Amino acid sequence: MSETAIAHSVDWNEPARLRGIARRHRRDLRLKAIGAGALGLAALMLLILVGSLVYNGALAFQQTHVTLEFEISADHVDPAKPEAGNYRAITRDAVFRLFPDVTGRTQQRDLANLISNGVQYDLRDRVVADPSLIGSTLTLDVLVSDPYDQLAKGAIDRATPAENRRLGDAEIAWFDRLDAEGRISKPLNLGLILNADSRFPEQAGLAGALWGSFYALMVCFLLSFPIGIAAAVYLEEFAPKNRLTDLIEININNLAAVPSVVFGLLALAVFLGWFGLPRSSPLVGGMTLALMTLPTIIIATRAAVKAVPPSIREAALGVGASKHQVVLDHVLPLAMPGILTGTIIGMAQALGETAPLLLIGMNAFITQAPDSVMSPATALPTQIFIWADSPERGFVSRTSAAICVLLVFLIAMNSLAVLLRKRFERRW
Amino acid sequence: MATATKIRAQGVDVFYGETQAIRNVSIDILANAVTAFIGPSGCGKSTFLRCLNRMNDTIDICRVKGEITLDGQDIHAREVDPVQLRARVGMVFQKPNPFPKSIYDNVAYGPRIHGLAATKADLDGIVEGSLRRAAIWNEVKDRLAEPGTGLSGGQQQRLCIARAIATAPEVLLMDEPCSALDPIATAQIEELIDELRESYSVVIVTHSMQQAARVSQKTAFFHLGSMLEYGDTAKVFTNPDHEKTQAYITGRFG
Amino acid sequence: MIGYLFLLILVAAIAGYVVNRQAARSQAFGSGARFHSLPGFHGAYALLLTGLPAFLFVLVWLTFEGPIVDAVVMASLPAEGVAGLDAGKLSLIEAEVKSIAAGNVFGEPEPWKFAAAEYYTSLRGTFRAALWISVLLVCGIGLYIARRRVAADFRARHRVEEITSWIMIACAGVAILVTAGIIASLIYESVRFFERVPVAEFLFGLNWEPQIPLREDQIAGAGAFGWLPVFLGTIVITVVALVVAVPIGLLSAIYLNEFASARVRSIGKPVLEILAGVPTVVYGFFAILVVAPAIRGAGAAAGIDVSPNTALAAGGVMGIMLIPFISSFADDALSAVPRSLRDGSLALGATRGETMTKVLFPAAIPGIVGGVLLAVSRAIGETMIVVMAAGLIATLTINPLDSVTTVTVQIVTLLIGDSEFDNPKTLAAFALGLMLFIVTLALNVLALRVVRKYRELYD
Repeated sequence: MSETAIAHSVDWNEPARLRGIARRHRRDLRLKAIGAGALGLAALMLLILVGSLVYNGALAFQQTHVTLEFEISADHVDPAKPEAGNYRAITRDAVFRLFPDVTGRTQQRDLANLISNGVQYDLRDRVVADPSLIGSTLTLDVLVSDPYDQLAKGAIDRATPAENRRLGDAEIAWFDRLDAEGRISKPLNLGLILNADSRFPEQAGLAGALWGSFYALMVCFLLSFPIGIAAAVYLEEFAPKNRLTDLIEININNLAAVPSVVFGLLALAVFLGWFGLPRSSPLVGGMTLALMTLPTIIIATRAAVKAVPPSIREAALGVGASKHQVVLDHVLPLAMPGILTGTIIGMAQALGETAPLLLIGMNAFITQAPDSVMSPATALPTQIFIWADSPERGFVSRTSAAICVLLVFLIAMNSLAVLLRKRFERRW
Repeated sequence: MATATKIRAQGVDVFYGETQAIRNVSIDILANAVTAFIGPSGCGKSTFLRCLNRMNDTIDICRVKGEITLDGQDIHAREVDPVQLRARVGMVFQKPNPFPKSIYDNVAYGPRIHGLAATKADLDGIVEGSLRRAAIWNEVKDRLAEPGTGLSGGQQQRLCIARAIATAPEVLLMDEPCSALDPIATAQIEELIDELRESYSVVIVTHSMQQAARVSQKTAFFHLGSMLEYGDTAKVFTNPDHEKTQAYITGRFG
Repeated sequence: MIGYLFLLILVAAIAGYVVNRQAARSQAFGSGARFHSLPGFHGAYALLLTGLPAFLFVLVWLTFEGPIVDAVVMASLPAEGVAGLDAGKLSLIEAEVKSIAAGNVFGEPEPWKFAAAEYYTSLRGTFRAALWISVLLVCGIGLYIARRRVAADFRARHRVEEITSWIMIACAGVAILVTAGIIASLIYESVRFFERVPVAEFLFGLNWEPQIPLREDQIAGAGAFGWLPVFLGTIVITVVALVVAVPIGLLSAIYLNEFASARVRSIGKPVLEILAGVPTVVYGFFAILVVAPAIRGAGAAAGIDVSPNTALAAGGVMGIMLIPFISSFADDALSAVPRSLRDGSLALGATRGETMTKVLFPAAIPGIVGGVLLAVSRAIGETMIVVMAAGLIATLTINPLDSVTTVTVQIVTLLIGDSEFDNPKTLAAFALGLMLFIVTLALNVLALRVVRKYRELYD
């Protein structure tokens, strides 16, 4: 080693050097600030997203009602055939009685539009259920139609010129008069959860979609959970390492990244086209979702099974248990929290999945909740899609509200998964 | 051999969260000498070493108390920049950790970030000088553009030493630099350490008593976070003051 | 009905379990012989032998029952009613007969249709009765065989384990079956499409106007099926999405990985996870409710004409959706860089930022590239955001202010609503689906390979 001295030495306190260090620290801070800014931006997006949905959706959690007296006279309803009565006339009369000064035909037509079109059917159902009502006067809180609902909630700006408004001056005056008489109320909108879909925003609810999603998820769970666990356990514990199992493994990883709409195409061609299963049914929806959830469950199960230490298997094998007994008695119970966590996350994804359901017709307009997995239905996300596509103003807030409902379910499911992981997480 | 004090530590305590890892350690580390820290695993010798260039700052839960001075200046003083400090107090790690870059870029990394070279020729000079100093120049001079990760373990460690030397440090901290190496590479590194002593103050943490005896002039014995004994290597190994030291170097525990 | 059938099989299987276990127990007790397998395994053997064949039998039966019944009914229709009708008309008649059978009579169908409906109902009844009887028979045979095999030297445990192994293999095979199903159905329908539209026109055509007449009297365009403008639109939106997602995602990851305090991390990570968990239909609604009007407003303020369905809105929102995806991939890749490299850089006096930009980030690039490739694949395959916020008309443009359409939008719009499988419009969706599958598959395979290589580097 001939080189005795290193070629350079450094005076760290030289002013230029100190300035250089200060500059480097500033660069460091800048990177940190930009990074924080990026994260902040992402958080801001989430805030705007949730904020705008809650802000818009909040309106739909209340529904404007008006108190009216309906005279169920025998003139309109034949006690022998209560279902065939002229309930339209009864509801119109109930409104007109409050405004005796409104006489013109067009004006009366506008006035009749104050209450929801569904009120007459509601009334009919009541009378059919209890024919003794005929001849009496019924006082009911009934739905106002969507424009008035929007007005009551302040979504229609009174300051805009009348020609750009959905309600004219006269109509607003009617409503104000009812309000002044104390006939207007805004109770909690239970219809949002209890009603099925409807053409009229004020009546539309999520019952059909909730049941549809429930049935579809049940089918999805019943298929993907056992198949997923069996496949994962086989691949992790039993499968020989050969090209076939390699192929299956690559396959599963790729399936997890196949666009969801392709699964819709598969379902359309195979389940509907070849097997002739009923269109729009939660059964087909659930089967399609199961295909998509399967990779998630398999991957989660394999990870959970892999995390069980070999010492436990060896201990059980050592006392003479067969491989199957080891898996069933020891590995699976220990892996179960992890498997369940993965399954819940997979189910949450399935609950939010939309595109494949559109292709199999789960975006149909269906006004009653499904009563089995075979009857046509919508699902929560497809209902959101349908409503988002509807032009009526009232559906904007309904869509937001439906999204809030969906998000509540998703948050609940994910919290459950987190809780499960926290509660049962085991470090070996 | 100069005997000036390079680093002086007084009453140093280190905490990881609630646990105390170092208790009240005071030591004077001399310039142009090799100081060895020995002791059983978990005795805190590496932790203490990492205090000397404030590497413990990079661990969130770690807190250091007490005074450490470098050339009389408190390294925890407000005006001392850990970035600058680490350029002056270089470090070599247990496992060779070359960056996934070329051999040249590995050595040039430090001078570049600190702006030590004004021209490309300067930088070439620093790189060559550092590689020569680390006794690896002849092995790599024809393949400076190849990745440093392609070298053998011993070569990687010498490359890391060259990388540390390139920022012109005054002190070189070595954290068990030979524990991942085979005996031949270890011998090369030990030889190198002995040569580096001419220019730097070297502190080496080691598991091997033989290594400490071979390369160091001063030895400190750590046990359970405290420094039990510190003195000339010859004395510590032949006639230790403390019975624990005696027990450790004769292999009765550790 | 079918639900009860499965319940019947379940009950039979459980009964088989109980019967066989009891038999094994009493035999073992009576003879004192040492049984190879525990009574429980004899029970399980009966359970599998009773339940499994019957279950598979029902599945096979149900697969073929519908088509057979339909074919028989259609063959029975009187000649004067169906003579000379094409496939489309016939399927309409079939649907009408079924709906009459279900009790929904619209208008006044001909009497022979009522007769056919009656025949249909009775045939189905017969088939169902036959199914029930067959299932009972299959269960009975299985149970009989299992019961006869109860003996000291019968290796029930081995048999049970063998059968469960096969069940597990079949389940693992489902994954292959799904892929095979996807490829088969896409190729089958695409081939039918290419019988009507030449492959070259589809691959290289510059016009996409799928609005061809469904009936002779409808007036519509002649129809053109060149996918390039659709694909270009997909690329435009993907690029917009990546321009938003890659910088924000990477910088967030860098911040979270190196700079953020534990407190910020404990807030930042869940925020990103929530963003990742939001369903795409929600992002789509967000795009039309908030983002598109905002962009148009900004455009109007700046005097720029912005299309209502601007690619900027769909792409931008898709970018938001991809932020957590990219950030979590980058975070993983950065965390996979060994700590020793970080320490090495810091010990040389590098700042945290220098360590990140000069050592950690370059070392993590392969992993990050894999993540970005997967994000591209996601963006190309993403459906709901673009269905809701992008346009329907395929224009050959790369201006993100314009309205563009995407492959997925076209697939959904071509297939929404009832349409038969015999016109190019429907089949075109499958051809697009095939292209989508090929492109995303290639990206995924490439990305997974890059990521795997990278993991091997540091493991």
